[in-house]
Amino acid sequence: MEHYTMNLKLKVWKQKNTSSKGSFETFEVKDISSEMSFLEMFDVLNEKLINEGKEPIAFDHDCREGICGMCSMYINGRPHGPWHGTTTCQLHMRAFKDGDTIVVEPWRANAFPVIKDLMVDRGAFDRIIQAGGYISVNTGNAVDGNAIPIEKEKADSSFAAAACIGCGACVAACKNSSAMLFVSAKISHLALLPQGDPERKTRALNMLAQMDTEGFGSCTNTGACEAVCPKEISISYIARANAEFTLAALTSDK
Amino acid sequence: MLNSKIPAGPLEQKWTNYKGHCKLVNPANKRKLEIIVVGTGLAGASAAASLGEMGYKVKTFCFQDSPRRAHSIAAQGGINAAKNYQNDGDSVYRLFYDTIKGGDYRSREANVHRLSEVSANIIDQCVAQGVPFAREYGGLLSNRSFGGVQVQRTFYAAGQTGQQLLIGAYQALERQIALGTVEMFSRHEMLDVVVIDGKARGIIVRDLVTGKLERHFGHAVLLCSGGYGNVFYLSTNAMGSNVTAAWKAHKKGAFFGNPCYTQIHPTCIPVTGDHQSKLTLMSESLRNDGRIWVPKKQNDNRKANEIPEDERDYYLERRYPAFGNLVPRDVASRAAKERCDAGYGVGSSRQAVFLDYKEAIQRYGKIECSKHGNHNPSAEEIRHHGMEVVKEKYGNLFDMYEKITGENPYNVPMRIYPAVHYTMGGLWVDYELMTSVQGLYALGEANFSDHGANRLGASALMQGLADGYFVIPYTVGNYLADEIRTPEIPTSHPAFEEAEKAVAERISNLMNIKGSQTVESFHKRLGKIMWDKCGMARNAEGLKQAIEEIKSLREEFWKNLRIPGDINEMNPELDKANRVADFLELGELMCKDALLREESCGGHFREEYQTPEGEALRNDDRFMFVAAWEFKNGNNWDLHKEELKYDEVKPTQRSYK
Repeated sequence: MEHYTMNLKLKVWKQKNTSSKGSFETFEVKDISSEMSFLEMFDVLNEKLINEGKEPIAFDHDCREGICGMCSMYINGRPHGPWHGTTTCQLHMRAFKDGDTIVVEPWRANAFPVIKDLMVDRGAFDRIIQAGGYISVNTGNAVDGNAIPIEKEKADSSFAAAACIGCGACVAACKNSSAMLFVSAKISHLALLPQGDPERKTRALNMLAQMDTEGFGSCTNTGACEAVCPKEISISYIARANAEFTLAALTSDK
Repeated sequence: MLNSKIPAGPLEQKWTNYKGHCKLVNPANKRKLEIIVVGTGLAGASAAASLGEMGYKVKTFCFQDSPRRAHSIAAQGGINAAKNYQNDGDSVYRLFYDTIKGGDYRSREANVHRLSEVSANIIDQCVAQGVPFAREYGGLLSNRSFGGVQVQRTFYAAGQTGQQLLIGAYQALERQIALGTVEMFSRHEMLDVVVIDGKARGIIVRDLVTGKLERHFGHAVLLCSGGYGNVFYLSTNAMGSNVTAAWKAHKKGAFFGNPCYTQIHPTCIPVTGDHQSKLTLMSESLRNDGRIWVPKKQNDNRKANEIPEDERDYYLERRYPAFGNLVPRDVASRAAKERCDAGYGVGSSRQAVFLDYKEAIQRYGKIECSKHGNHNPSAEEIRHHGMEVVKEKYGNLFDMYEKITGENPYNVPMRIYPAVHYTMGGLWVDYELMTSVQGLYALGEANFSDHGANRLGASALMQGLADGYFVIPYTVGNYLADEIRTPEIPTSHPAFEEAEKAVAERISNLMNIKGSQTVESFHKRLGKIMWDKCGMARNAEGLKQAIEEIKSLREEFWKNLRIPGDINEMNPELDKANRVADFLELGELMCKDALLREESCGGHFREEYQTPEGEALRNDDRFMFVAAWEFKNGNNWDLHKEELKYDEVKPTQRSYK
């Protein structure tokens, strides 16, 4: 792979804390290698800022291999930037060229308040899981793993839904700030497995109710979430979750 | 002084006997007992969830924004269990034996046997939670092989096994949070342990959002805070992974076991430049089907695909015909280093070897074509079907490789090189996972106990979950049964006050250095010392130099560090400084430990001690012990030795030929 270096202009959202008002600031970085990751470019910028006696830009990141779901930058109007099926940490600078201006913002949604600069609070996602995103089985209660054969296709489909990393890009991309792709992935992951069957009705009802309580919007099927999901979670899970919800609402005894 | 509390009796009865005789806490008393769990990876999340289910009052802490982000999530390849679903000769004994041998006879027999015993329960538990393991068409669980073994006992979920297991444990944890048995504190970092009358009674944490210090009481404290591979700066660990919680415990009296035992993983994406912030692992499972090679000619500049078959050196298959590409990690890493040092490395840096999938694509392609009734397939059809199979097994890993390097590994072999991955060393614990401080436990990678000098692939997930789901629920009860008369200690107690004051002082000292160098720059320099002198190969002279270099780097750090921002706010630079300050102390102890151990074993390779073929040469007469270091003051440690006794397995020169 040919590599090259570039000089860039960055317009980055700066916000001191949740209660203060933020604004864009412009920064310049030089000699950025095309082999760097996007976050390594931010590392270079932050080192420069500290050396100049300024405050670095706060952003969330941890594993830097696309799986923890912590990184969350809204880059040039798209969550996680221009590459398909990619987290911010896996986006590499060869996606850009010399002289580019890159605009970087935090996730924007009422349910994800900004903590500082590009960091947001995604605690709402944990609370949605608390509402029912699990199978109620205490440690020590399990039967042999092979006692319940599961059709490979269903297991694979369940796995594809369970691949969600909970980053929140779906919410950030949605004009309604709906968390429907996240919620439906969890409902589907568990509803597709026989182990998840006993609780499937309460799970669907409670998780969707919690989604509303947290202030996420409704789904209007624009498909923006699927387009930006770094794990390429299919929007068909939303249809499945809606079916689960309808079935539960019509037949639940509660 | 060191009492490992290994139960008496025959090896295979020890755990059963322990469970049958340990003390229990009745449900009414459990509700009064508080347990602190630090870290929410596999060990922490599984422990917190299980203890919550049992009725204890649990408080859980993680520095990430959600417990689901802990670095266990990045584990790719799989989890071992002695299920023998493949009917290929596996058993609890064989998993035990492979793990002891893989650890180069430096782990405890009793712990490892217990690990093998509970391994099967882990799979059952995870399936019940809805972990979507890979399955065969008949609906049953699928297995694959991993390094250092000759059976197929590894359960997996594509290349995202750690993620799926962690989400299982995370969901169990969130369920307990909803039920109110567990209270969760995310974006909180533990900065000290509070010890009262010789017992761990709480912790001091910093709320990373507000910068405020908090005091939390617990009748017992469980550290599930992971490993310390980031002391090398470049490693496969997450950026935030750190030793701070374990190190604070160490300084409060918990011994540190075998700090020098570091696992260098053979298959990682090579370093590209100084900007590099971390290294990315390519799962060991890739060695199942991929073949590792270098050109037979030194400094060969041709592209991989231009090098004909007979000019390729499949050096692992050549040196280790019995295990081939599936030798254990330490062996594979050293063999890669040997080839690169001898001038056979590939890529622009020459610090890489090839991992090639061409043959696997062919092999799978032919099988698939036969399955489809096509017995005379064209080369294109074979390749097409072969790629589909490889994509299903390893697709996410191949995609990741392509994103990072810009090369398509379906077409050209991957370039890989060893990188720091896991630390077998950690806080010394007894059979009950208790450190040398009463009531202070260490679980998962944070302890030293099960992997000896080298961990086998797919065993870290097993150990984390074994400790959390199936060991600690019994052993912590055995301790807490005697604590039912201890009322909650108010956090206004002088010990809490003193601990918080010390933490606050250290933070303000760090902030007030007001020097000119960034935390990152110190961390990079420390990492370079550690990698060059305490990395894949070590020698006495280098280690002595490293100790001096680390000491002077540490002095410089405390004189010339610059941290921007304030104390009472979100300040990631301050968080990093707290962690790097501890790495700067740990690094020295690791070198001391490596210097002491005048032998080679597992991941610890001393150049002075090797066989004529370049294999690790142990010295069982002098070093068949766990080095447990007690912190005294400043740069002084006392060494305690726990002799390792092998009643069941007879230690021999490890051979994978």
